[in-house]
Amino acid sequence: MKEMLEKIRSDFAEKIAAAETLAEIEELRVGYLGKKGELTSVLRGMGKLAPEERPVVGQLVNTIREYMETELGTKLTAIKSAESLKRLEEEKLDVTMPGVKKEKGSFHPLNQVIDEMKNLFIGMGYEIAEGPEVEYDYYNFEALNLPEGHPARDTQDTFYITEKILLRTQTSSVQIHVMEHKKPPIKIISPGKVYRSDSMDATHSPVFHQLEGLVVDKGVTMGDLKGTLEIFAKKMFGENTKIRLRPHHFPFTEPSAEVDVSCWSCGGEGCRVCKGEGWIEVLGCGMVHPDVLKRCGIDPEEYSGFAFGIGIERTAMARFGVKDIRNFYENDVRFLKQF
Amino acid sequence: MKAPVKWLTEYTDLEVSGDKAIHELAEAMTISGTKVESVDKLGGEIDRVVVGKCISFERHQNSDHMFVCQMDVGEYNDGLLQIVTGAQNVRTNALIPVALDKSTIAGGVKIKSGKLRGENSFGMMCSFEEIGLSHLDYEGGIDDGIMVLQDLKMFEGLTDEQFDAFIGKDILAVLGVSENVIDFEVTSNRADCFSILGLAREAAVTMGGKYIKPEFTVKEESDAKAEDLIAVEVKDADLCPLYAARVVKNVKIGPSPKWMRERLEAAGVRAINNIVDITNYVMLEYGQPMHAFDKRTIHNDKIIVRRAADGEVIKTLDGQERTMDSSMLVIADSEGAVAIAGVMGGENSEITEETTDLIFEAAVFDAVTVRRGAKKVGLRTEASSRFEKGLDTVTCLEALERAVNLIEVLGAGDVCKGVVMSNPVEKAMPEIRFIPEKINAFLGTDATTEQMVDILTQLECKVDVAGQKVIPPSFRGDLLGEADIAEEIARFFGYNNIKSSLLGSCETTLGQRNRTQLIRDKVRTMLTGLGYNEMLSFSFESPSLCDKLNLPADSKLRDAVVITNPLGEDYSVMRTSMLPTILNTLSFNAAQRTADASVFEISYVYIKDEDETKIPEHKELVSLGKYGNCTFFDIKGEIEAVLDSLHITNYEAEAETENPSMHPGRTAKLIINGKSAGFFGQVHPIVADKFECPANSYVAMLDFAVIEKAAVDIPVSKELPKFPAVTRDLAIVVDKAVTAGSVEKIIKQRGGKVLESCKLFDCYEGAQVGEGKKSLAYSLAFRDENKTLTDDDVNKPMKKILNGLETMLGAELR
Repeated sequence: MKEMLEKIRSDFAEKIAAAETLAEIEELRVGYLGKKGELTSVLRGMGKLAPEERPVVGQLVNTIREYMETELGTKLTAIKSAESLKRLEEEKLDVTMPGVKKEKGSFHPLNQVIDEMKNLFIGMGYEIAEGPEVEYDYYNFEALNLPEGHPARDTQDTFYITEKILLRTQTSSVQIHVMEHKKPPIKIISPGKVYRSDSMDATHSPVFHQLEGLVVDKGVTMGDLKGTLEIFAKKMFGENTKIRLRPHHFPFTEPSAEVDVSCWSCGGEGCRVCKGEGWIEVLGCGMVHPDVLKRCGIDPEEYSGFAFGIGIERTAMARFGVKDIRNFYENDVRFLKQF
Repeated sequence: MKAPVKWLTEYTDLEVSGDKAIHELAEAMTISGTKVESVDKLGGEIDRVVVGKCISFERHQNSDHMFVCQMDVGEYNDGLLQIVTGAQNVRTNALIPVALDKSTIAGGVKIKSGKLRGENSFGMMCSFEEIGLSHLDYEGGIDDGIMVLQDLKMFEGLTDEQFDAFIGKDILAVLGVSENVIDFEVTSNRADCFSILGLAREAAVTMGGKYIKPEFTVKEESDAKAEDLIAVEVKDADLCPLYAARVVKNVKIGPSPKWMRERLEAAGVRAINNIVDITNYVMLEYGQPMHAFDKRTIHNDKIIVRRAADGEVIKTLDGQERTMDSSMLVIADSEGAVAIAGVMGGENSEITEETTDLIFEAAVFDAVTVRRGAKKVGLRTEASSRFEKGLDTVTCLEALERAVNLIEVLGAGDVCKGVVMSNPVEKAMPEIRFIPEKINAFLGTDATTEQMVDILTQLECKVDVAGQKVIPPSFRGDLLGEADIAEEIARFFGYNNIKSSLLGSCETTLGQRNRTQLIRDKVRTMLTGLGYNEMLSFSFESPSLCDKLNLPADSKLRDAVVITNPLGEDYSVMRTSMLPTILNTLSFNAAQRTADASVFEISYVYIKDEDETKIPEHKELVSLGKYGNCTFFDIKGEIEAVLDSLHITNYEAEAETENPSMHPGRTAKLIINGKSAGFFGQVHPIVADKFECPANSYVAMLDFAVIEKAAVDIPVSKELPKFPAVTRDLAIVVDKAVTAGSVEKIIKQRGGKVLESCKLFDCYEGAQVGEGKKSLAYSLAFRDENKTLTDDDVNKPMKKILNGLETMLGAELR
């Protein structure tokens, strides 16, 4: 009996060493350990043995079965991992081939600049106001201290719809709408399209964008205006940017100023970008004129405020190195995708 | 306003000479509010032209009229410089302007070394004209040869040593004609700064110097009294606060002297004759436009200032006939108009060579009247641009005195005694509240009262500290209130010396986007994620685009808001549809041979109000356009993705066959919560063709307001299912005309609560289902949130669905 078992064991050892496929392993498992397997048959024949032999043979059979199971398991793992390796080898890709292109979209560069300004001012407690582009003369001019016949109207070539309706030439019109409907504290910005009858060239467009800012509250000072613009300039034009205020005239602010920032290209040394001046004009601003406040029902004795207006195109051209303003309105997707 | 620096500083105690000092002045003026546009050197184009001394000369061997000269040009050459000239007045020891190699002479002409008939010439000798001067201005100068310094009267009596000191010097500097001119940008509120005197005053305060008012006396050497010779009547004093006149007899018309012509030309005004030049000179100096009439042409010696008659015609100095109306003011005599007040004189009263007696006018006219009048006749003159900013009566009279003073200085005539003038309507200068603490609080400054008083006094304001008031001078009509006074103080305190702060004393506010803005940004983000490029476009367009859109003649879209003064027909109406904008963009990109393009814009169309005194409705649209490798179902799916991102679920698409611009079989109306929200689909092939778009162009025009209203701000979460779903496939055959939408509607109605979803997975037309039929195959999922559904549970709704489809749509189970 023992010899027979040893024979079974050595036969198995030979066969399993030679086995190479999963099918062969399965065949061996069934052939030895299956219901009709050789080892199983031995177990079945145990009844014929003398009672004293049974425990000995039984133990031997169990040992052999454990041995076989272990061997089968080990071999199975080995074959599986070999097959898996083979499959992985077959699945190998040339990873340097191009990806399946997913077309990405893009935000318009002008809107990117506006969005960035919005985020900046929202962080400083501003809300975003909107107003109509086809506007009453009153909001665009009259309420802003530019009555009919005012010479400063000449500086803004205006498209008219009727005598009293026009295409707004400045986002400042929104100031009036806001102050008519909201009591101080007011802190808003208002970006949008404005229109002036300029012929198109590399730096002029009859449609362009501005962003207006307005703050009205008790105790607002010109120092507050300056501080606000400094933060704005650093954020938009770089941490080392300096600003310079030059007195100017806007009928709806007093005092008024034009604001230059140190040249973003040369840092103020003077270069081609700043035409050698070291400074580039970027915005107009001032303290809201008391007459404008009064007209909107705000008492200038109690409240004061400041306002500013920024041209978006110029900022975007500086930021992205765009040389021709017309690029913004052609909407060539090859251009738009760059942003 | 161009101001020659010497003229400007003549009325101050400032010493401004040399490039550095001029640059400092320009910089300081810019910072105090009179922006410098440019600093120009007169004769600025003349470069590397220096004085040379002719050491020797001999005839050119190959020419009968040229000379070969050896010139000493000082430091510009080691040794002598050989120059060939054709000038016959060259002589030994003559000092001559020499244009060196790589120099520039008048007209921007570049001079280089070269050979003249075989002889080297390292430059060129110059005449007056060649360095931009006139020989007539220099006694001793000639026009048919080169300039020889020793021949000029101005250098008479100089010793040889003194002459030799000129060698190698810049010729214009030697002649004293190099003049620096600063071009100032003057803002429209500063009428006083459109003058040399106004700028001198600003410059003095800016640089901490003194302004020196011009001082002169008028001798009035004629015995005649002006009031005996002429009379003045102002009929509309509200439009003419002051009209003043003086008479000059025995006028001698001729050219004005060199200094005056040089100053005028430096300031950009052409010199004409002494009388015209005086009027221009005074205008530049005082900012007060002047006019001179030939006295003989004024009928009955009476000047009348009145409104023009409607339709009254005048021939102005430029020879044009101008028709006026009663909103305009004229200067007239008993016969008719002789000038449009403040704009231009008439040809009939012009000064001519034969003029013997003249009338000088200095007046103040209503700013708005002049501005409107100038606009109406289409004439914007140096005079009108000054009047329209508002002038004052005090300066007006000073300017008139200056004009007759110049007559005497130039010896151009005999000034009659006295001024004839209307009763001046004096504008009272306002008393403006002046509380230094308030001004500091407003500006955020810490200027002392003394500093403030000092600034205001220098600006010629009357300051009463105890009485807390300031009265501005007559020429500062722009100073009306406290804020104006604050600005004056801030300007000279220095805007850049104001300490920065950040609304420290103000209430804290919450910064945020409102709902509309948040949703708009969500849509933008979603669309860019879906591969769309955001575009921006002009809001006006050509009305002819409506024809390209295939619109019927009575289409509402043709009723656009019209711009009365457009840049051209192509930009003359405010768009009523975004379709042309999108199609033009697709067309433009296709023309660049871009294979695929997807664009979107969120912007307005403008819908006219019935009441034309009202502004139009600004309707906000989300517009999409694309072409290339895409189908109807791509754009539909992308729209659905946008709606999903806003948690909008209750929407459907309905066939739209009536839109004349769109493909009748491939266009859908979008309906959200039962409301029309725009349309999308393929562009009509005819329209695509007209716009030169690719044939497979797809667009969507969606109403942002409807989308915004339907958007769900905060979605409510649903528990994930605990029990499995049962899926069933359903394939039916229906008439071709039956839409998937109508099938789905019935499936959803009949499926009841347990129907979780229904998805179309196949659509087939062909021989197997028969002519005029199609097969639709759906995958339905059923689920109950409280239990596992049995077959029986699902059979019931399946039966109901099938019944519904059979009875309502004539469907057959496949």
